[in-house]
Amino acid sequence: MIEFAEYSLLGLLSGGVMALIALSFVLIYKGTGVVNFAVGEVMMLGAYLYYAAAVTFELPPVVAFLISIGVISILAMIVERTVLRPLSGQPAVAVMMATIGMSSIMHGTIETIWGGDTYQPPGLLPRTPVFLGEVLIPGAVLGNFAIAAILIGGFLAFFRYSKTGIALRATASDPVTAATLGININFATRLTWMLAGSVGTVAGVLIASSAGLAPSLSGAALGVFAAIILGGMDSVLGAIVASLILGWVESISAGYLGGKSRDVIPYVVVLLILVVRPYGIFGTRTIERL
Amino acid sequence: MTGIVSTPIAANESAQITGLSLTVEGVDLRFGGIHALRNVSFKAKAGEVTAVIGPNGAGKTSVFNTISGFYRPNAGTVHLGDEDITKVPVHARAKRGLARTFQNIALFHGLSVLENIKLGGHHTMHAGVFSALVYSKSMQEKELALREEVERRVIDFLELDHIRHQSVDVLPYGLQKRVELARALAMRPRVLMLDEPVAGMNREETEDMARFILDVQEEWGVTVLLVEHDMGMVMDISSHVVVLNFGQVIATGTPAEVRSHPQVIEAYLGAEEAH
Repeated sequence: MIEFAEYSLLGLLSGGVMALIALSFVLIYKGTGVVNFAVGEVMMLGAYLYYAAAVTFELPPVVAFLISIGVISILAMIVERTVLRPLSGQPAVAVMMATIGMSSIMHGTIETIWGGDTYQPPGLLPRTPVFLGEVLIPGAVLGNFAIAAILIGGFLAFFRYSKTGIALRATASDPVTAATLGININFATRLTWMLAGSVGTVAGVLIASSAGLAPSLSGAALGVFAAIILGGMDSVLGAIVASLILGWVESISAGYLGGKSRDVIPYVVVLLILVVRPYGIFGTRTIERL
Repeated sequence: MTGIVSTPIAANESAQITGLSLTVEGVDLRFGGIHALRNVSFKAKAGEVTAVIGPNGAGKTSVFNTISGFYRPNAGTVHLGDEDITKVPVHARAKRGLARTFQNIALFHGLSVLENIKLGGHHTMHAGVFSALVYSKSMQEKELALREEVERRVIDFLELDHIRHQSVDVLPYGLQKRVELARALAMRPRVLMLDEPVAGMNREETEDMARFILDVQEEWGVTVLLVEHDMGMVMDISSHVVVLNFGQVIATGTPAEVRSHPQVIEAYLGAEEAH
């Protein structure tokens, strides 16, 4: 029983970080209709920037963290202006291809600069393990989850209650009408990309500082695609719930069926759920599947 | 820090809104080989109801989209009051007092009546990225003040009180149109543009809408510019009518003058009166 509780808890906690990656994706899909295949690389680039600032330039981890978020935000802004805005009005597939192209460029650039080695960036959070009752939780895992939970909660509140958040939702729903109501839609789109880039960076840094930094980090986003499709591509809440479910399934299957099964079982579960609910758990019924 | 939403019109928020005149001068609009508007000029006088009429494809919606800022004219200017707004971006026209409704209802699905209407009041509040993330106390107070004003003035005025918390998706067509008008009014406009406000409505709904438009104009002093196919309604509520045909203004004047204008009868009213 203790074992089950431990696996479950670890799974849910790692699902929290996965939810952060999913949030980065859903923000952009909801806000601009773009399926962003570069989520994994944004995460990865953010984590490498953090490593460079913290280790190469020997800055304190918190400062390095803020710098990486700032640099990614600026890059997101430039990419939005120079690559994505000229493509607005083009078929969704064209924009999707552009994000795939950018992910290759980022991946290649990173491997050129840093090579394929695994680095260990400094942790942002204390590593002391925590006992929850009889269950032992590694400090980094708990800290990662806490940061992810705070950030996700903040975003949900931002979109639900703040004026800017509601303006972003209005822009996503109907840009033309939003503009006539006085909402600057170019600014809204830019802000969406900057926020999504920042969230991706946070996820990347959290994962890299607990699991090590290597080009394979971008692969973490793959599992998240399963979560997004499961949750419904346009639902923030769905992405979160699905990430937690996947995190839990992964951890339970790894715990009881051996480490390799974690790469298979979650996808089987997603497939089964999608047979019953083809639009995902919370997705809008009209969205198209890829 | 640039805000996402434009800054307010003026500090005295409860003061009576006064209409501004809207002047379109020599507007030429081309889409490739199509000459949508040719040297279109007219003026909507401050505080009056002006109607733009014309057969399908005459360029009415093009005129509206040019005034809203969706189209940049190839030549000519648009003035709001004394200010030239020809090159002002769409969202910045809202804070100058320009509001519009759409021919096809453009409400935000999934949001309630109240939320939709409140979005109209958005441009009158400051919001930078950081203040929005923090959601400060002064913003909360402004939000409350805005909400009260919107509720008191617009919702009561347009008799939407009983459905304020319903989702807009479940409302009948006539009510959706009225919610769209309410949202435009929540922008506290000085010029209100209505694109076919009674299209598809039955007699009773049309009369209700006509009454609301006249009330808005009389009590709020707003300039109203409307595009409409319902001739009866146009003639009843407008003080000034502009007739377009093939992208050109063929007649302007009072409803009575326009009604008897030979070119208008030929182009438009003749066909109307035939059935």
